[in-house]
This record gives sequence, structure tokens and C-alpha cells, in this order.
Amino acid sequence: MIALGLTTLFSHWRRHPLQLAMLLLGLSLATALWSGVQAINAEARASYDRAAAMLGQDRFDQLVPAAGGSVAQEVFVRLRRAGWNVSPVIEGDWRVGERRIRLIGMDPVTLPREASAARLTGMADLLRFVTPPGLVYVSPETAAMLAGSATPPLATSGDLLPQTAVADIGIAQALLKMPGAVSRLIVLPDHPAGHPDLAGIAPELVLKLPNPQTDIGALTDSFHLNLTAFGFLAFVVGLFIVYSTIGLAFEQRRATFRTLRSLGMPANTLMGLAVAELLACAAVAGAAGIALGYLVASFLLPGVAATLRSLYGANIAGALAFRAEWVLGGMAIALGGTLLSAAASLWKVSRMPLLAPAQPRAWARASQRLLLLQAAAGAVLLAGASGLVLWGSGLAAGFGALAFLLLGAGLMLPAALVGLLALLSRVPAGPVAQWFWADTRQQVPGLSLALMALLLAFSANVGVGTMVASFRATFVDWLDQRLAAEAYVTARTPEEAARLAAWLAPRADAVLPIWSVEGTVAGHAAQVYGVVDHPTYREHWPVIAALPDAWDRVAAGGAAMVSEQLLRRAGLSLGGTVVLPGGWRVEVAGVYSDYGNPVGQALVGQQAFDRHYPDAPRLRYGVRIAPERVAALRRDLDAAFGLPAGNVVDQAGLKQRSLDIFERTFAVTGALNVLTLTVAGVALFASMTTISAMRLPQLAPVWAMGLTRRRLALLELCRTVGLVLATLALAIPVGVALAWLLLAVVNVEAFGWRLPLRLFPSDWPRLAGLALLATLVSVAVPLRRLSRTPPATLTKVFANER
Amino acid sequence: MNARAIPPAVCSGLARTCALLLFAFLLAGPAVAQGFAGLGAEAEGFAVPQRGAPFSFPRDHGAHPEFRIEWWYVTANLVGDDGRDYGAQWTLFRSAAAPYEGEGWASPQLWMGNAAVTTPDRHHSAERLARGGIGQAGVTAAPFAAWIDEWRLKADGGEGIDRLVMTAAGPDFRYRLALAATGPIVAQGEGGYSVKSAAGQASRYYSQPFYTVSGTLEISGRTVAVTGRAWLDREWSSQPLAADQTGWDWFSLHFSSGEKMMGFRLRDSGGGYTSGTWIAADGTPTPLAANALRMTPGRTARVAGREIPVEWRLELPEKGLDIAVRALNAAAWVDSRYPYWEGPVRVTGSAEGIGYLEMTGYE
Repeated sequence: MIALGLTTLFSHWRRHPLQLAMLLLGLSLATALWSGVQAINAEARASYDRAAAMLGQDRFDQLVPAAGGSVAQEVFVRLRRAGWNVSPVIEGDWRVGERRIRLIGMDPVTLPREASAARLTGMADLLRFVTPPGLVYVSPETAAMLAGSATPPLATSGDLLPQTAVADIGIAQALLKMPGAVSRLIVLPDHPAGHPDLAGIAPELVLKLPNPQTDIGALTDSFHLNLTAFGFLAFVVGLFIVYSTIGLAFEQRRATFRTLRSLGMPANTLMGLAVAELLACAAVAGAAGIALGYLVASFLLPGVAATLRSLYGANIAGALAFRAEWVLGGMAIALGGTLLSAAASLWKVSRMPLLAPAQPRAWARASQRLLLLQAAAGAVLLAGASGLVLWGSGLAAGFGALAFLLLGAGLMLPAALVGLLALLSRVPAGPVAQWFWADTRQQVPGLSLALMALLLAFSANVGVGTMVASFRATFVDWLDQRLAAEAYVTARTPEEAARLAAWLAPRADAVLPIWSVEGTVAGHAAQVYGVVDHPTYREHWPVIAALPDAWDRVAAGGAAMVSEQLLRRAGLSLGGTVVLPGGWRVEVAGVYSDYGNPVGQALVGQQAFDRHYPDAPRLRYGVRIAPERVAALRRDLDAAFGLPAGNVVDQAGLKQRSLDIFERTFAVTGALNVLTLTVAGVALFASMTTISAMRLPQLAPVWAMGLTRRRLALLELCRTVGLVLATLALAIPVGVALAWLLLAVVNVEAFGWRLPLRLFPSDWPRLAGLALLATLVSVAVPLRRLSRTPPATLTKVFANER
Repeated sequence: MNARAIPPAVCSGLARTCALLLFAFLLAGPAVAQGFAGLGAEAEGFAVPQRGAPFSFPRDHGAHPEFRIEWWYVTANLVGDDGRDYGAQWTLFRSAAAPYEGEGWASPQLWMGNAAVTTPDRHHSAERLARGGIGQAGVTAAPFAAWIDEWRLKADGGEGIDRLVMTAAGPDFRYRLALAATGPIVAQGEGGYSVKSAAGQASRYYSQPFYTVSGTLEISGRTVAVTGRAWLDREWSSQPLAADQTGWDWFSLHFSSGEKMMGFRLRDSGGGYTSGTWIAADGTPTPLAANALRMTPGRTARVAGREIPVEWRLELPEKGLDIAVRALNAAAWVDSRYPYWEGPVRVTGSAEGIGYLEMTGYE
């Protein structure tokens, strides 16, 4: 009986291979996007964990300098000789030519085994590791990148993250030009009995508890939430396909189900078989989806890695691994999603009266009441979204508002479309037109799920597109302001810098030293720049808010301008005080935008900078000169100093490079956008296929009254295109609202900057074109089938009981 | 040959120790390392002990970085005011990857400390590691001070190493012991030149076995005042053991007559090899002839997954000695990166006494 039942159930798919293809395709696409995004997230998190586990920051207490920066290594010896079981670490940016590598120096002898910096396999020679020139461990990618540079001997370890290097502490001190310095101390758990208090031995240090999450992990959380949201959106859109396909398949098999039941199959067995059938499909599609997801992730990962690097300075491994967490998660969500989509259909089958006629009802015909109910729910959700924006705080509220907005808009869509059609049907017209409007209205519930999916995809497209375009436009303006100097020159040595300044002075309108140090402000990495008092800054710097005479205060040495990120992260306020590295307290005189910089920034007066940071490298100058003279200056500089190409950068080149980074940053968003839209297109296709099969009873009478099949197909096409365009029209305001949420709420939380919303209506016709294309492709097959339906089939509608 | 050898195995054992422990840091997972930076090989570049060169104190109390390995090794048999027997160990090993002391972190010198306290039913040990060049560990000759982290073995008045204070602590123990010498320093081997193989490998070696001890032990929060005897060994060398030697059993014994004996057995693929020194009550050393000392392992105990002999019979017919040596606590396992057995023993039989036993190489 069971075998017979299964064969019977499966025979349906044999007769409707397209439906089966839709079901599998929809489910695999949904799973693919979801698991692809999860794979990327898992890979990135694994990288962060590795960074956190590096030297045991996730498990061991640490002693860090209270004032930021570093302490002398004598403090380490003092602590050890007082009975503190600690191991020293030095960290810093190691400059190799143009590149900066995160260099970690550790003491292999006192480092706890559990905190091993990396599994540095194959190290056969400790002496080589600890005695100059030393041995520097890097990832294979980094080794390839550094090939040919002047570095100590390199060894590779696959366990290290890109852009990260590990060396002995003594070697690292030399490479970082920080002789005798220690950045932090790892506190080992097995302390000897009765060791003295920290305050008595090293008051300059404070104890920091282990942090299972790196700062990078916390910073990038929002980015990953973004990706997850995108993945989930795609999954939901994909489920629309699954839902409509399953609905159709069950609807078409009502007769089969009744026959099976009449033959004596218990309802529970039938249900079990139906579930088994669905789960089998889900398993196949899920597996395919996971494989596809792996491809999607491998395709997107380089872009994501670039994004994370440029936005947050986070390094993630470039290679993707199959990880149980997302593989199993992908399978679970495929199975769960299938059952969820099938729940309504299964419920209907279980309740199907044995003796009722097996007549398919118009599938998913919704009453006026249901429409109103949906619209009311939608309105409530939209109100909730507004409430979250007004009173909520934090990233979660931002994303909550996003979800409410999209869902609410989706739920209101059918009612809005029906309302629109009701208006249109009032326009006096012939009988065909009247039938057209009425029939379209009747179609809306059936298509509503597909249309909702389209609405989501369109809104996301408009919203994210608007956000990226706003960002780009603001960024370009900002670059124009920020890169005021026409050329930037970096000397190789302090002596050369002095000669360079003297050489440039008579040849340029102004020579602006750009000197900086790196350190910690309120626990966050930050850079401090010393700048001269010059109109270049007063007139061009992208200041958001400032005290009166801000630049005078900065020049006087008692105040600093800080970047928006630093202001938000360190909780500073205009007119308040900020403690710069080294414990230097200054007033916050102004705030400026510094888009795309993961590190906070502060500007102080040059002379005060010199006093507080006498050891900062003094190598870089901005040169003000007429733009047409830049090329000549470059040539002269090259002739006079022979500086490497990278040391002289003109403004145009720098802008281009910045924009390139920007484009790469948002390449992932673009790709996800296209993928979501594709899934929505497939959903439309699935719905159209579903509906066209059930449309015959509705179309046959119209055909019988004299409308040709060709004309009918054309009308169907107009109807679908009309509905899609109406959906798009409604999606635009939703998308703009989405963009506003992203810019004004989510970005502020995630990146620490707020951007003005700018609309780019010229992008929308392109989207409309894309939508039309997708519609034409989606309806081509069903309409072709309609226009070729043999008259006999249409006649049969009147003859058959169905 | 002069059999007044001092555990040559200790030398190569330590060399192996250091090689192993360095690898243990740098390779997570079981390290299977043979030889490090030539440590397992010959003494190339390193100084070689010279026959007939007298010790020069206090200089020789300090470190000899031009030699590959060196140690300051104190064992103490103690009795508490609670009437119970205790043992304490303080050891500082030096191992060099190259025959010089470098500046700062570039120093090729590596230091390892082991400290332990043994009671009849408990054994606590701890280890410390440090690199040379930065001051975390080291030894100065005069005034004498040896240290690693907060552990110290340093002069506290007196001449040279006559009066020492010895402190160490682990997660669940700490001790502070004052040592006072009641007899002379004893040169081992030929005036401190200790030949350890027919191939001529040797070490420089002296002992101070005449310390009386008083102080306090603190074990798991409980403090006990103790008195007793201690034995200091100083040895440095550059040459490894023979390839087929697998480990050694080493005894330092204080007899109630005031006499002392150091004796050891090197285990190899053949019948092994024993030697030692008889030290008269006035400190006059008499080297024992090769294999004159008969050492027979008795009952074994299962310690750290190995079968370890914790009862021995020692016979030295020329002195009419026939004694049973029993471990105070069979579980005296020094659980360091290079683990070994080191614990106090009690002597019964033709002579009564106390002492220390070290056993390595039991797998």
C-alpha cells in the first residue's frame, strides 16, 4: 500500500516535470543564498576567532598599559621576578615598503602552550627564530605578497591570517622600531601562591579580562547581520516559489488523494507519504542548494574580504572551508522551509472530506475580508516600524524596523493593488475591458505571494541602490574636500624629509606637513595627526560641527578636531575633553567626517604635536600647487630625489584609488541584489505557471465568446506586466524608506557615520526595464502554452466535471 | 678509568630536555624532536671541560655560558615540627643554543627552573622557563645569587655559598629555607673533572653535601616549620651521552654516621654501568670503581603511567654496605615538560640514613 501510494504520488511529478523543476530550483536557490551567506559569515567568524585566540586573548587575562601605548620590558621582568606568571607580547604595524603588516612579537619560552600564536609547524631552529635576523611567520598569501621585499627570512604557516606576521619578541621590537617595549602581557592561570598586588609592582598596568570576541568581531557584527538579513530575505523570496509549487501540486492531486483514501489508505499514512515525498525533495534540493551556496560564497568571499578589510581593517582568510555549522544549518533550513511552505497544503489534505467532490477550488482564492485583514496587519507592522525608529535604539532596533517595514509593505500590497484595480474598473470601457479589470482583481490573491516576493526584491534593490549611490555621492564630495592638496609626497628618511621640504618650498604654493602617530583613545585604536594652521584646512576640511574659532584653538595646541567615528565610539562631545595617546588631554573643538576609515582620527596643531610626540615619523607632506603643474613637479621630484613611484601620489590618483576601494566594498551588495532579484523572477515564473494551469476554466468561457487565444494571451501578458509595474511603483517608496533606515539608523550604528539621503530616480527606469524583462521571461512559457492550447482542451472545460 | 662520574646522562638528558621543551612551545601537539640547534650533536663551538683545571671560586659558582649545559641543583630532606618527613627540591638549569651570552632577547641562553615539595602522601612540583639576556633568570657568582622569576637561591651572609636562602613557589606550595654548610665543598671526579665515558666525554662537577636546613614549607595553605639536611650539586658540560644510554638512577645519601654517598647507574642496552663517590664525614671524597656499587631495583609503582622502581637494594662490599632504599612517596613525579622522578628516600640496613633519588628515562 505504501509503495503503491508513493508511486502514485511521485507519478504526479513525472507528468509535471516543470513543476518538480520549479520546486527543486526554488528550494535550492533559497538554500543556496542562505547557506552561501552563512558560509561567508562562518568563515569570517572563524577568522576573527583565530585572531582572538591569537596569543590567548580569548582565554587569558591580560595586563595592558593604563595610558595606552606600550611599557618597558623591564616591567615584564619586574613582574616575573615578583612572582607574576606573565608572558610579554608586542604588537604593531610593520611597514614593508608600501605595505603594513600586523606584526605580533611573542616570547616562545614563557608563552603558554594554549596561547600558541599559531601552530608553527616545522620550526626546526629556535636559534634562528630568536637571533637576528630572525624568522618571521606569515600566511602563504602574505609570503607571496612580500616576496622580493626587504624582510627577514620568512616562513609560512597556513594557520596565520593574511596581513599578520608572528616573530620572536626581540626580532619584532627591532622591526617595529620599538626596542625594549612591550604592548601587553598575557597572565597565565597557574599563579604561584601568594604573589603580590599589581599596584605594588607595576602601577602603570591594568588588568583586562579575557575577551572571547575581538574588537574586530564586535565591529563587524553589524556587517554580518546585514549579510544575514540579505540571505534571509533571499530565502524568504525563495520560499514563495516553494509555496506556490507545493500548493499547485497538492491542488492538482486532490483527485489522487481522494482515490487513495477511497482505496483504504488511512489519512495519517497519506499524510506521512506526502511529508516523506516533500522531505525527499527538500533533501535533494537542500544538498544542491548547499553545493550552490558554496559556489556563491566562493564567488562573493573575495569581495567580502575586501569590504571587511577596507571598512574595519579586519583580515579574513581567503579560502572557504565546508563547515558543519552552515552545511547542517542550510540543510535544516531547507527541510524546515519546505515543511513550513507545505503546512497549509498538508493541513488541507488532512482535513479533506473523503466523499467531497475532488474539484479543485480556485487556488488560494482570498476573500475581501482576508485582504482587509492582511492590510490591517501590514498597517500595524508599519506603525511598529515607525515606533522603533522613533523610540528604539541600537542596531537590533534598526534591523527590526527594516523587517517590519518590508513585511508590512508586503502584506499591504494585495489590498493596495485591488484598490487600484477597483479605481481603474470605474473608468467606462467596453465589456472586454470590464472583464479584464474584474479578472485581474480576481487574479491578485493568486499572484499575491509572487508579487509580495517581487515587492521585497524591488524594495531591497531600490533601498540598497539608493544607499550605495548616496554613499558614493557623499564620498566623492568628501574626497574633493578632504584631498585638498594636489600632491602628497613621502620621504624615506627624516633627513630626506627635511631636504624635501626645503626643496618644495619655493616650488609650491604651500607645503603642509602631515605627521601622525597611532595609539589608543578611550580603548579604541586611533591616529593623531599634527597639522599646520593653513587655509587648506580652514576652507576645505569636511567639518560637520565645530566650536567658534575651532581652527584657532587647534593651532593654539589646546584642542583637537576629531573624526565622526572617534566621536561616536569614544562617546566624546563637542566642547568636551578627549585624552589622546600618552595621556594628553585636549578639548574637542570640532567634528569632521572621515568615511571609510576603520580607525578613529584626531587633528591637533603641529607645534603641540611636536612637543607631545617628538618621536613620530616626520616624512609626509601635502603639496599645494596648481593642478596643471603636478605632472611637472613629479618629474622634477623624480629627477632630484629619485623617490619610488609610490612615494609621490597626486590627488587624482589618490581619488581614483579611494573610489576603487569604495566600488569593491559594495560589489558584494550589488551581487546579492542581482541574486535576490533573480530569485524573485523565478518566483513570478512559478506563480504564473501555477496560475495558468488553473486559468482554463476561467478563460474557456471568454474564448467561447469569441476572444482568440492570441488575444487572450496578449491580455494575460498586459495583466501581468501591469501588476508587476504597479508593484514596482509601490516598491519605490518602500525602497526609499528602506534606504533612509539604512543611512540614518543602521549605518550610524554599524559604521559610526551618518550620510545624507540622496535620490537617484534615473536608476528606477533601469529597474523597471529589468522588471519587464524578468516578467516577459517568466510569462513566456505559460502564455505560449495558452496561445497554443488546442481548442479541444478549452471545449473540454465545459464537458468535464472538473 | 676513573669512575667518579657524575650522571653524564643528566647532561644529555638536559640537552634533550631543553630541545624538547622548546619544541613543545613552538609546536602545538606532540613534539617529536630529535636535536635542536645541534644540541643533540657534538660540542662544536662550545667549551670542553679540561682535566686538571682547578675550580676557581667564587667565579665557578656563577654561570659558564660557553658550556652547553649547567645546573644548580639542591635537594633537601626535612622533618617538620609535626613529626612528618618532607622533601624539597630547587633546580635551575641553563641550556645554551650557542656558546655565548647575547644582548637582550637575542641571547641564546635558556633557563629552566624546577621546584618541588614532597610529603609522605603528596607531591607538588612547578617549573619555570626564561630566556637569558633580559634579567628574568640568571646567576651571579659573588655575591652568589641564582634566580628564575621570583625563585631564588642566594647567599645570605657567610663565604661563597656557605649560607644560602632558597625560595620557590608553585600554585599550591611555597617554601623558604635557610641553608648553612657544616663541611667543605666536595670536588667530584678527578678534582672536579668528571669523566663519563670511555670516549672521554666529561663534565666539571662539584657538590656541597653538608648543608643543615631550617625554614618553613607552606603546602596547600598549611605552614609547617622544618629542619634537615640539603645537598647542592653544580655541574656544567657540553657533551652528550652515548647514543644507547636510555636513562639513569641517581642517589645522594646522608648516612647517620656523617658519611655521604653519591651513586648512580646508567642504563643502556647492555648491563648498565654504575659509579659514585664515597664522602667521608670530613668531606674527603673517594671515587668508587666502575660497577663496584651494585644497584638492584625492587618493588615498582605505577607513576604517571609508567612502572618506576621505588625500592632499591644498594650493595658496596668494600665499605660493607648493604642497604634498602625506599621512596618516601612513590608519586614524586616532577610533571614538567620533561618529566622525571625526583624524591626523598629513607635508608635502612647496614647503615641508616636519608637521601634523594632521581630516575629518568622510564617510559
